[in-house]
Amino acid sequence: MDMIIDGIVQAFRLLIHGDPQVLRIAALSLLVSGAATLLSLFVGIPLGSVLGLVRFPGRRFLISLINTGMGLPPVVVGLAVSIFLWRNGPLGILHLLYTPSAMVIAQFIIAFPIVAGFTMAATQQLDPKLRLQILSLGASRLQLVWLLLREARLPMLAAIMAGFGAVISEVGASMMVGGNIFGQTRVLTTAIVGENAKGEFAYAIALSIILLALVFLVNFILTLVQQRSKVR
Amino acid sequence: MKSKLAGILLIVVLLVGMAAVSCTKEEPVKTTAPAATTVAPATTTPPKPSNPEIIMASTTSTRDSGLMDVLIPIFEQKTGYKMKPVYVGSGAAMTMGQQGNCDVLLVHSPAAEVTFMQGGYGLNRRLIMHNDYLIVGPKTDPAGIKGTTFATDALKKIADSKIKFYSRGDNSGTDALEKSLWKKIGISVADNSTSNPSWYKEGGTGTGMLDLLRIASEKIGYTITDRSTYVANQKAVGLDILVQGDPVLLNIYHVIQVNPDKWPKVNAAGAKAFSDFMVSADTQAIIAKYGLDKYGLALFFADAGKTEAQLGSQ
Repeated sequence: MDMIIDGIVQAFRLLIHGDPQVLRIAALSLLVSGAATLLSLFVGIPLGSVLGLVRFPGRRFLISLINTGMGLPPVVVGLAVSIFLWRNGPLGILHLLYTPSAMVIAQFIIAFPIVAGFTMAATQQLDPKLRLQILSLGASRLQLVWLLLREARLPMLAAIMAGFGAVISEVGASMMVGGNIFGQTRVLTTAIVGENAKGEFAYAIALSIILLALVFLVNFILTLVQQRSKVR
Repeated sequence: MKSKLAGILLIVVLLVGMAAVSCTKEEPVKTTAPAATTVAPATTTPPKPSNPEIIMASTTSTRDSGLMDVLIPIFEQKTGYKMKPVYVGSGAAMTMGQQGNCDVLLVHSPAAEVTFMQGGYGLNRRLIMHNDYLIVGPKTDPAGIKGTTFATDALKKIADSKIKFYSRGDNSGTDALEKSLWKKIGISVADNSTSNPSWYKEGGTGTGMLDLLRIASEKIGYTITDRSTYVANQKAVGLDILVQGDPVLLNIYHVIQVNPDKWPKVNAAGAKAFSDFMVSADTQAIIAKYGLDKYGLALFFADAGKTEAQLGSQ
């Protein structure tokens, strides 16, 4: 019990003193997961919109792939990415293994099916008559999609939160492709595993509290945005 | 409205990022880390090698002792190389070496290392340091092994009394040593085999020695551990040292460079630089003193230049 209290006390001490190590680890977590989420939005939203709004052959198959992708085990993604990026693997020449870029790649692969799946569901639940109405007012294809996405912004924000939540809490892939290297690829999740393995329980608890606080903060801001645009 | 908030969020993230990066210009010190022995920084700028990245594959016990956290920054400053240490376990490290996915190894699984060298995958296998393994178990010692001189005798008693024994089951150096001891007394055990005896349990959690110690502690069983992990976590783990000192329980670390003839892409110069660094007098002095201030005893014996045969007398 005193270990937990010790951890909480240490967490506050680390935050108040602005311990540079912890700040660096937390910043890297945010940057890597933030970048991965952002990239996944660029790919996931168009993909999800197309799947939700357009009829084409093979659509059902693609949808089931995306739905499977939502439950894709992150550690499997990590293994696959590391195999590709190994020195003697197909993309070894890029020297990306054990860098934050590799972590962004792996987290992007984990996040974009989630974003696509949510976007697809969000666009599918829109009233089909709305589409006709927008088109009848003279909107172009692009304007149509933009307006439909704005209509669906509540579930869209849920998509962002889900995507971000999945990758900031992810540890298996980040460990495999990043290596938890001090000062280079150590993020909050991998640091917690590492400190726990070293017996530094209080420090691990402190990092866990910081991670929880960070996730809560990001989701709080996104929730404010989401709930603000609810009733007009 | 939405884009305004998103913009603010982005700026906040960027500011935090910049603050963190600028904050780390000074040497970061963890509040619970042992005091690191610092080397006076060179007055000239460090050399810049043409291929600065070195991937070192090493073991979880090396990582958990914290020794590399002390040595790597010193190495990086002296030579200008950027070290990417990956801690996987001796078996996995040697597999990486066989596939040319790393440049240098720091491992402690002598029998497997010899096979590795015979396959022509490694260059310059050099003895660096050693410590020893312990057989630990519950204070009550149901199998009555406390004080047994020979490790194999103790294991025989455990097997006969069928008390639970926990194995790493992960092809690490510790795992290899433990399995070799069972082999010596004619008990065949293998990783994840259904034909293992019922009292032989495997951790295989993949995260290392400390987790296995905790499992053995919770489930009240015996296990073999390296001294440094045990000493560093004695308070958290409710197990006593029951057998120590048998020469077969020596835990010997070597550094091996991956053979560039087999894998031209390896950083041969970097691997050699690291190997030279590990056997240098300064580094050996640091290794010999490591752990004294935090635990009251040195966690490793520095052995560069000796042969394995000379290690029998500690």
